[in-house]
Formats: sequence, C-alpha cells, structure tokens
Amino acid sequence: MTAAGGLALIGRPVLAALAALGRIALYAGQTLLAALRPPFYWREFRMALLQVGWLSLPVVGLTALFTGGALALQIYAGGQRFSAEAVVPQIVAIGMVRELGPVLVGLMIAARVTSSIAAEIATMKVTEQIDALVTLSTNPMQYLTVPRVLAGLFCVPVLVAIGDIIGIMGGFLVGTGQLGFNRATYIQNTVDFLEAPDIVSSLVKGAVFGVIATLIGCYHGMQSGRGAQGVGAATKTGVAAAAVLILAANFILTSVMFGQ
Amino acid sequence: MIELANVQKAFGANRVLQGVNLTIPKGTSMVIIGGSGTGKSVLLKCILGLVRHDAGSITLDGQDVTTAPRDAFLARFGMLFQGGALFDSLTVWENVAFRLLRGAGRLPQEEARAIALEKLRRVGLQPRVADLLPAELSGGMQKRVGLARAIAAQPEIIFFDEPTTGLDPIMAGVINDLIREIVVEMGATAMTITHDMTSVRAIADNVAMLHDGLIRWTGPVGSLDSADDPYVQQFIHGRATGPIAAVR
Ligand SMILES: Nc1ncnc2c1ncn2[C@@H]1O[C@H](COP(=O)(O)OP(=O)(O)O)[C@@H](O)[C@H]1O
Ligand SMILES: [Mg+2]
Repeated sequence: MTAAGGLALIGRPVLAALAALGRIALYAGQTLLAALRPPFYWREFRMALLQVGWLSLPVVGLTALFTGGALALQIYAGGQRFSAEAVVPQIVAIGMVRELGPVLVGLMIAARVTSSIAAEIATMKVTEQIDALVTLSTNPMQYLTVPRVLAGLFCVPVLVAIGDIIGIMGGFLVGTGQLGFNRATYIQNTVDFLEAPDIVSSLVKGAVFGVIATLIGCYHGMQSGRGAQGVGAATKTGVAAAAVLILAANFILTSVMFGQ
Repeated sequence: MIELANVQKAFGANRVLQGVNLTIPKGTSMVIIGGSGTGKSVLLKCILGLVRHDAGSITLDGQDVTTAPRDAFLARFGMLFQGGALFDSLTVWENVAFRLLRGAGRLPQEEARAIALEKLRRVGLQPRVADLLPAELSGGMQKRVGLARAIAAQPEIIFFDEPTTGLDPIMAGVINDLIREIVVEMGATAMTITHDMTSVRAIADNVAMLHDGLIRWTGPVGSLDSADDPYVQQFIHGRATGPIAAVR
C-alpha cells in the first residue's frame, strides 16, 4: 500500500466522522432555537420525563449497585498489596461520583432511551407521521425533539445522583458485610472525603450525557431511511453514536475539570 | 388557485417528476390518476413543501410556495396521507382534533372533542371509536380517521391521497359523497389521488393523468370517456395490454 493510500484509508472515516459531528452540531443549534420559540408542548415534556427519568430508575439502580460492590472488592484486593486496604470507602466514593456513576448511567441511557427515541421517531418518519405533523402546523423539532432533549437535560443528572448514591451503597454493603469495615467509619470516611467539585462534576456530566443521548436519538430518528430497515439502521447507529460521544465527552469533561 | 409549471423532482437516478404543468382553479375538484409509483403522492408533497422540488415553480394564488410564510400557508391546507399517518400515541379523537387543540386558535377540550365526534360521524365512524388508539382500528377505519383529521379545521384546500383504497364499496360511496360535499358546500379546493374510476366520476370536476413524470392528459371529467389518448383509455378500462407497460 502506498503512503497516500494509507493516509486516505485513515482520512476518509475521519472526514466522515467530522461531517457527521458537524450535522449533529447543526441539529443541536436548531433544537436550541426551537426551544427558545413558543409554543412549548408540556404534555410531550411530561411524557418524556416519565420515559427518560422514572422508567430508567430500575436499570440505573441495579447497574450502580453491582458496580459499586465490585469496585469495593477490587480496591480492597489491590490496596492489600500496599497495606492500603483502608482506603476502600474513599476510592469507591470518588470512583463512583467522578467517573463510574455518570458513565454507567450515560451508557444505560444510551441503551434504553436513545434506542427507544430513535426507533419511535424513525417509525413516525417512515409512516409519514412527521409529514402529518408539519401539515397540521406543528414543528417536529418543537413537538418531538425539544421535550425529549429537555427531559434528558433535567432527568439524567438526577439519575446520576441516584446512581452515585446507590453505587456507594453497593460498596458499603460489600465493605461492611464482607470486608469487615465498621459501618459508622465507612460512612464517615465517604462523607469526609467527597468534595463539592466531585458532586458538581458528576451532575454536569449527567446533564451533558442526557442531552447527548436524547439529541442523538432524535437526530438519527429524523434521518431515518425508508421501511423497517431504515428504522433498524437508525436505532443501531443512534445507540452506537450516543455511546461513543458520551465516552468522548466524559474524557473531555474529566480533563477540563480534573486535569493538571 | 394552484399552479404548477415545469415541476421536476428526482430521487437519485429515479426521475419521478419530469416537468409537470397543471392548474387547479379555486373551489374545484381535481383528481389525479395514474399507475402506482408514477409520483402522484410526491406531487402532492411537493405542493405542501414536504418534498422540495428540484426545478420549476409551484404557486398558490400567485405566491411561490417555497417562499410563502410557512405557518399561514400550512393553515390553509388539510391532507389525508396514503397510509393514514395517524399519531399512534394519541387516541382517535385526539388525532382528529390535533390542530384544534393546539396553536393560536386553540379550542377548549370539550369543544374540540365535540367537533372531532362530529367529523368522525361524517366519515361513518361511531362515537365509541373516539377513545381507541389507532392501532386498534382496521386499515379502512384508520383511513377514515385520517380523513376526519384532514377536514377537522375546515381548510380551504384539501388533498386526499387514495381516500377510498381499502374501503368497502358502501363506505367508499359515503367518502366520495363527503368529498364532493366539501367542495360544493364549503367551496374548498380539492386534489384527490385515486385508482377507483367510480370515485373519479363521483368526485372530479377535472381529471389529470400522470404518466412517465408528465401530465399525459388533463380535462373535465365529462370528456374523460371520449379522450382519444390511448394511455387514458387503457387506464380507465383497466386493460392489461396497451401503451402502459404492465411490468414497471
Ligand atoms: N422519500 C423518497 N425517497 C426516495 N424515493 C422516493 C421517495 N418518495 C417517493 N419515492 C419514489 O418516487 C416514486 C413515486 O412514488 P409515489 O409518489 O409514492 O408514487 P404513487 O404515484 O404511487 O403515489 C417511487 O418510485 C418511489 O420509490
Ligand atoms: Mg401514492
């Protein structure tokens, strides 16, 4: 392979990804404009809150609980080698709140919410319901996208906070039940160690991931091709794109908030 | 009055509309006939701006549809989609009353529901279907709900995409009468796509036949039978042989 050929091989997907990113940024801009103009569809917003927030609670809770428990076991095992097993409460807390809580909740929302939004809107597109909205003088951006993205913005930080707490609880259960930590000390250490910036960063990440997950779901739904195949492709691409963007955004946010 | 001049639309290599010229005078009923896949639905969508045409011009009362203020423009239209296009998360009556419940001239729930029930009655549906979801209805019933939704806000211009497809002959007759009534009594301008020759004769003032991306023939419904165009003759008599290929 020639050097130019090799470069082209790398360059093409990079260019395609940049173009896609550009279109998503444009879509985000349109969403913002649509959100600032009346009308606001309260009923759709309430339904989105239910869908994005409330119905995601079980999956978020379970994921966080098991991960917190596993984290405690690993930190204990790793810490033992340096006789530092006492740091379990502190590291579980910081690990959950700064990274795992937001990332896990973000990925679960991508799996649950991005997929269902993309499939629902793509089906509406394929069955001409989006066209019907337009002919009924209703802007699809205002009616479909804005309520869902706002629900992501408001709900996901709350889900992350709940995930953080349940994750720490998972660590607590394993720590006190299996690793011999004292209950009061465990809680005391956790509370003393966490600082306001940790919690703020967790919530900020949640808000960003919530917007990404819902926006990408709407975008890929609206872009859907025709037929059942179009709906399937929109869903698959939407979930993959949301997951990658959430992880990329997490890296950027961590670098900005905690980088040296 | 709606005027189309040299309207063209292609999807990739598929040149669907290749220079359509057509005039629909205000308050008249135009019926578009033509084989399936010839671009009849695309033509309606171009007029509404749901699909952007590549070339040519479409004007409504002299104003270009692509530059007309969107909200005011769309407020004049009602459209029945070929597949019904009902919102499946809303009940039947909420679908019918969709426009009445939203926007500047929004009505109270009770009033909107009463109008929805009245429109449902006019398309031959009983009040008990009002609280069902679209998925609980048969295809023909969904079509009629779509029709009720299209006429609910009494638009001046109404497009019907295959309104009687999937209906039994009696119900088709009811719908034909309804469309005719809307044009004659409410003075609406109507464009209807249909394959059903009974419908054509019941609904149309004028007929246009779309074939190969062009209006092949157009004229008053009275002169349809005496049209000396072999394409029209093959179509209206449903012959398998003739200038229109049976394999498309
Ligand atoms: N959104 C679209 N993308 C690509 N092709 C389309 C689209 N809409 C319609 N077509 C194509 O345009 C042609 C005409 O379609 P249509 O107007 O639905 O036909 P009909 O006359 O039966 O209503 C068909 O070949 C169809 O495949
Ligand atoms: Mg059609």
